[in-house]
This record gives sequence, C-alpha cells and structure tokens, in this order.
Amino acid sequence: MKQAARILNALGPLLGLAFVFGFFSYYLYYHVEDATGQAGTLRFWDAYTVKTILQQTVIIAIAALGMTVIIISGGIDLSAGSLVALGTVVVAVILKEAGANPDLMADGQVVSSVVWKAAIWGVLACALCGLLSGVMIVGLRLVPFIVTLGMMQIVRGVAKAMADNTTVDTPSNWLAATMDIEPSPHWYSVAPAVWLMLFLLVVMFVVLRYTVFGRYVFAIGSNEATARLCGVAVNFQRVMIYTIGGFFAGVAGVLQYSSLTIGDPTAAVGLELDIIAAVVIGGGSLSGGAGSVTGSIIGALMMATLRNGCTLAGFPDYVRNIVVGGIIILAVAIDQMRHAKAK
Amino acid sequence: MTEPLLQLNGICKTFGGTRALHNVNLTVLPGEVHALIGENGAGKSTLMKTLSGAYTADAGEIRLDGKPITIGSPANGRRLGVAMIYQELNLAPDLTVEENLTLGMERSRLGFIRSEKSRIAEALTLLEHPDLPLRQTVRTLPIALQQVVEIARALICNARVIIMDEPTSSLTAADTQALFRTIKRLRDNGIAVIYISHFLEEVLEIADTYTVLRDGETVGTGRMADTTIPEIIERMVGRALTDMFPKTDHAIGDVLMRVEGMDDSPIPRDVTFELHRGEILGIAGLVGAGRSEVIRRIFGLERAKKGRLTIAARPTCEMNTLTPGRALRLGIDFLSEDRKEEGLAVNMSIRANTTLSSLRRFAWPRTGLLNLRREYAAVENWIREMNIRCAGPDQPVADLSGGNQQKVAMGRILEQGDDVILLDEPTRGIDVGSKVEIYRLVSRLAAEGKGIVFVSSYLPELLGVCDTLAVMHRGRMSPLRKIGDWTEQDIMTIATSGA
Repeated sequence: MKQAARILNALGPLLGLAFVFGFFSYYLYYHVEDATGQAGTLRFWDAYTVKTILQQTVIIAIAALGMTVIIISGGIDLSAGSLVALGTVVVAVILKEAGANPDLMADGQVVSSVVWKAAIWGVLACALCGLLSGVMIVGLRLVPFIVTLGMMQIVRGVAKAMADNTTVDTPSNWLAATMDIEPSPHWYSVAPAVWLMLFLLVVMFVVLRYTVFGRYVFAIGSNEATARLCGVAVNFQRVMIYTIGGFFAGVAGVLQYSSLTIGDPTAAVGLELDIIAAVVIGGGSLSGGAGSVTGSIIGALMMATLRNGCTLAGFPDYVRNIVVGGIIILAVAIDQMRHAKAK
Repeated sequence: MTEPLLQLNGICKTFGGTRALHNVNLTVLPGEVHALIGENGAGKSTLMKTLSGAYTADAGEIRLDGKPITIGSPANGRRLGVAMIYQELNLAPDLTVEENLTLGMERSRLGFIRSEKSRIAEALTLLEHPDLPLRQTVRTLPIALQQVVEIARALICNARVIIMDEPTSSLTAADTQALFRTIKRLRDNGIAVIYISHFLEEVLEIADTYTVLRDGETVGTGRMADTTIPEIIERMVGRALTDMFPKTDHAIGDVLMRVEGMDDSPIPRDVTFELHRGEILGIAGLVGAGRSEVIRRIFGLERAKKGRLTIAARPTCEMNTLTPGRALRLGIDFLSEDRKEEGLAVNMSIRANTTLSSLRRFAWPRTGLLNLRREYAAVENWIREMNIRCAGPDQPVADLSGGNQQKVAMGRILEQGDDVILLDEPTRGIDVGSKVEIYRLVSRLAAEGKGIVFVSSYLPELLGVCDTLAVMHRGRMSPLRKIGDWTEQDIMTIATSGA
C-alpha cells in the first residue's frame, strides 16, 4: 500500500506530463488542419517538436534545479528572473569588449577561451548575487521573500546599468550553438544545452539524495529548530543554498544569452514565477521539506509542452495562461489529497 | 440508580486497514467525572473525536439521555451539548476573552454583536473566576486561565458533557489543583466530565469512574474507589508491571561536567553543579522555575550571559560562546521537551531523524557522499534495539505514536553517543510502556559511564530513576543531594517556597 502510494507520488507529475502530451498529440492529429486544409497530417510526437520542447524547457528547468534546493529548504528566490537577465548582460558585455580587440577574434568569431571566460563570469556574477541574498537573509534575519523581492529590483537595476539601459550586441561566438534545436554534429540529437540540463539534473539528484548537504537542506526545510539542535550550521547552509540558487540562475542566464545572442537587461521579466511554478508542479512544497529535482524538470517540461502545443494548435496565448494557472492549482491540490490519504 | 447521560455502545472505527476502535462501550452518568485511560494509540483520541463529531463511527450507537443521536460534525456536537477541550487549546489568541467566549454563536441585533454579559458572568461565577478580564486578549493570559476561558465557553453553549484531553499537561501543580476545583464545580452542577490523562495519580484524585482502553477495545470499567494504580496499569499494558523503574546497577565515577556560575538573571541565577560519570542527576521544580533554561543553556540553544563549562579533561569554555554544534562536539547531547516543534523533524523519516546529528560519520571520507547502506543498518539496529513500532526506517516520524516518536529522538542521541546527555521532560505525553523503556535506557546509559541530567515535572519518576537530585525555585538551584536524602515533602517545599 505505502509502496504503491510512494510510486504514485513520484509518478504524479510524469502522468500529468504524459496526459498533456497525449492530449496535444490527439488534438493536433484529428482536429487541426495543415496549410492545405487537411487534417491528420500534423504530428505532435515527431522528433522536431520534441526537440523544440526540450530546448524550450532548458532555461526554466536549469533555474528550477537551484530553485528546488531553495524551496526544499523552506525559502524562495524571487530574484531568479532578474538574475537570468543579469547573466545575459554580463556574458554580452565581456563578449562585446572582446569583439573590439582583434587579438581576441578569429575568423569573425570570438576566441573560445574568451567565450568560456564570459560564460563563467556570467554564472559567477549570479552566484555572487545569490550569496548576497543568503548573507542578508541570515545576517539581517529577514524572510527570504522580502530579501529576494528587493534583490529582484536591485539585480535588474544593476543589469540595466551594466548594459547602459539598452541591449548589448555581441560578435558571433559558439555559445549560440548550445541552443540549436538541430545541432551539429548530428549525433548530438538535441541542443547541447539539453545535455547540460540532464547532466546538472543528475548532479543535483545525487546532491539532494546522497550527500550530507542534501540531507541538511531537507532538515532545515522540515524543521529548522531540529536542524539547529542537531548541530547543523543552519546559517552557513542557508548561504550555500542561495548561492547554489544563484549559480543555477546564472547558468540559465548564459543559455538565455545563447538563445537571444544579445545581452538584454529586460529579458526574463516574471520568469521567476515560471521557475517557481515548475518546482511546485513537480511536488515542491512552499512550506519546505518536500520537492524533487526530477519533479521540477518534469514541471518545466509540462509548461514548455503546453506552450508549444497551444502554438501549434493555434490556441491564443490566453488559453495557455489559463491552463498553466489551472495546472499549478490542480497539481498542488492533488498532491495535498494524496498526502491526506496517506495519513 | 440515575439514568446514564451518555452511552456509547459497540463503537467501531477503522482507518484504511487499521482497526482503531472495536466494540467500545462507555457509559457516563450526569454529574460524574469519568476517566478515560489508555496508552497512546489505544484509541482514546479516536473515541473522543467520534463523540465530538469529528469522526463518524462505522458501527455502534451513541445515546444521549437514552435517545440515539447522530452527531455528524463538531458544530452539531456542541449544539447537542458535547464540548471537547483539546490539549492544544482551541482559542483565537488575538481576540479578547469576551470575543472568544461567544465565538461562533454571536447573536446580533441589527447586525451588531449583542453583549452576552449576563450569561458570561453566570458561567464565570460557576467556575469561580468572576474577575476574568473580559477585554484582555487571550494571548496575554497564562495557559491556566486560557483553559478557564475554554471551559467557560463550553458552559455558555450549554454543554452537558465536557471532554478534556490531557488538560494538565502544561499546568503547574497549583494550576492543576485549581483546575480540579473547577472540575468538581462542574460535576456538582450535573455536568459530566470525561477526563483523559496520562497522570494516573491525577486520575485517581479527580475521577469517580473509569474506562480503560487497550488496542481499541474496552478492557475494564468501574469505580475509581475500587481500584489501585498498579491494577489500572496492568489493564492498560496487558501485563503486570513488576517494576516501573527498572535499574541497571551503575557506579558513580569521576567528574564529567562542571557548570560554574551560569547566570542569566532572573532565570537561571548563579547555577553551579557537577555531573559525574554514571550519574543520573534529576532537576525538579515547578514549571517556569528555570529547569529547562539551565540545560538549554548548557547545550547552547540559548546563550547564558555568564558562566563557564568544563567537560572532563577539555579546556573550560565560556558559556556565552556555546552553540548546539559546539556542544555536540564537546560531547553534550540534548533531548527537547517539545518533540514535535523542536526535537524531531516530524515530516522526515525515522532514518533521517536518527542520523541527523551524526550524519557526517555516514559520509565517505573527504566527500559529502553518504553511505546509505551503513546508515540503514545503523537505523534498523536502533529500531530493533529500542523496539520502535514502525513500518520501516523510511516511515515519516509524524505517523508514529508519541512514545515511538520519543524513542526515535532517543535513538538519535544513542547514535550520536555523546557522554553528557541532557533530557528535558523525556516522558512527557507518552504511554506507560514507552516510559518504562525510556527509564531502562537511561539507566543503561548511566551504566555505560555516561552522565545524564534528567529534568522532569513528574516527581515519582525523578525519585525512581535519579541518583542525585536538585530542586529549582525561581531560577536558583538547591544543592545536590543523594536521592535517598530527599522526601517528596522536602522537594515540594523547596520548589514552592525556595527554602
């Protein structure tokens, strides 16, 4: 009984995803006509659509990996969207400077080592902001909601300042290729960023499930007083948690740049809510102590599937908004019912 | 013979696959205090929730004044005259006493709430608290008075049966006596009180009749005057408890911990004592005397302004630098009196709770990676050893009964294996069987050469378990004496008057 309930628990979001995917497969095939006015030719389950959905998932999904850790610890990070924008700007500013220096260019492309440097600085800048949020939460004893609400504005402002309040154009470089839906070489099959997402998923799965740090994250979210009583350095762990959150938002920011190929300080406005939604759909509890990185990725996939499906089916955007909203509420309601039954 | 006011016949209730109640009978006469006794998990709470309307029974009938009734919901229960007063009081803390008293039954005139002064006054007079400040917010009242507010509210809605679930668990001795006077007043006014408590001495003092539940069945009922505590315990646990306080022989050794001049005036005030290896040191005193405050400061959960702490051969440290992490490294461990809010992360598994403080030992060297196989083995070992009733190491602690939860908390301390163990009310709110196991464990730990500080509000267990005892009064600690040199009289005298 208990075992079955646990399996169902883990599968819940996956079933939801399968249902959404199945619905669009059916609907597109039977009810939507192609350009020649014929139904029965559009397939949702073809390789290109799936690759597109995966590529569109990446940014939210990677940021959601960090957000999952934060939410399990009982916190929240409202600055994630601004961090993504900051990431794009940091990367773009460094690349733009490189573009002005002929030594750093080869064949009209930015030299690879400089691209790496830009990406790493983009990630580090965001991790540093996360660290700052963590230090303020711990040091000023403020709730994460307030600190990250403030950071949301501050980081956005810093990004705008760095970008001189406009978008930052960059010379061409290999980062853009990481978000190619049809990558080369061909055997990559999906955008390289998707592989990065899977790799980071495995890393975070192991971290949360099989490390001391992961256990402490759950302990702090379940009951901070107990964690403290058991000698867990709660403050230090908190700072680590927000730093990790910032780190993942930074990776998402670099990929957002790759997708846009410009630095845009006004990018990703409101993205933090999509990220939080992915975590919540995947079983994360805003009161802490529960959540899983696989669930969060599935949540992100579900939202990308909806976005893509609605576009292909020709639904207006508002339909997608309403459906995503409904799914968030439904996912949490079902989760709660399952828990109530288990007791 | 008087007609029964309330009768429960053949009540059955199952949850999923577990049988919580089976053919339970309970008869309560008007104007009597009826004790409902049983270990945790025996079905008392389920039965009372059935009676108050929070649950619906699968089978059986409830009769009020001889007429069968269906209760359906707590609101309807109240209307029928059955009021439940839970252990955690059910008041709106930010409303005033008066607002709480009439909450949910405000009668309005032209939409404005009409004052119910006369009925409130009547109820409070009956409870001998006519001067309760009606305009004060409930949050600012002491627990004992909040309880009076709850009882008064039951009276105002014309309750004829009042169920009290562990009403004295957070009361001082004096407040308990006041509550008993209140209960007697209720009884004399023809109201039936169903009294649930773990404190059998209290039950013996206040109840007229009793019913014992075990594993969801009625195993005994009768008049309190015709029975004894050992007889009741035997019924509760289904076996004779030959020895409530099993002792393993232990010799007292060298000084293990020295606390010097701990001060956080007014509480605690200039506390100095020594704990030896193999010593079980009891601290008695009234609630608020500073017992928990002393051991919480030794563990660094709160910082003492002044005071020094020395553990065995280690260098002395200032107490204002202590944190729980540092205390654990010094070899001090602590059991919280508040299992649910502090002692355990109840949503986490037994496994995670047991190894939380010693988790680093289960990691591969130089990595943060856990060796789960070793962790499972260790936890399964404690589950067996401590006889924790559970589905397995991954079961959330919240699913366990109070006694088993406390064993998990003790399991963590055993796994941690520190030399100094501070126990704050280790047997509060747990069943007799689990209590005995905790006593046995404490005694065994002393035999292993550990030093234990045992804080409790329950004198018989202090006298039964400890080797030495000190009594606290208003933040000050009396000198330690051997347990044989204390009488209950002495202890109560110091606890209440300080001399």
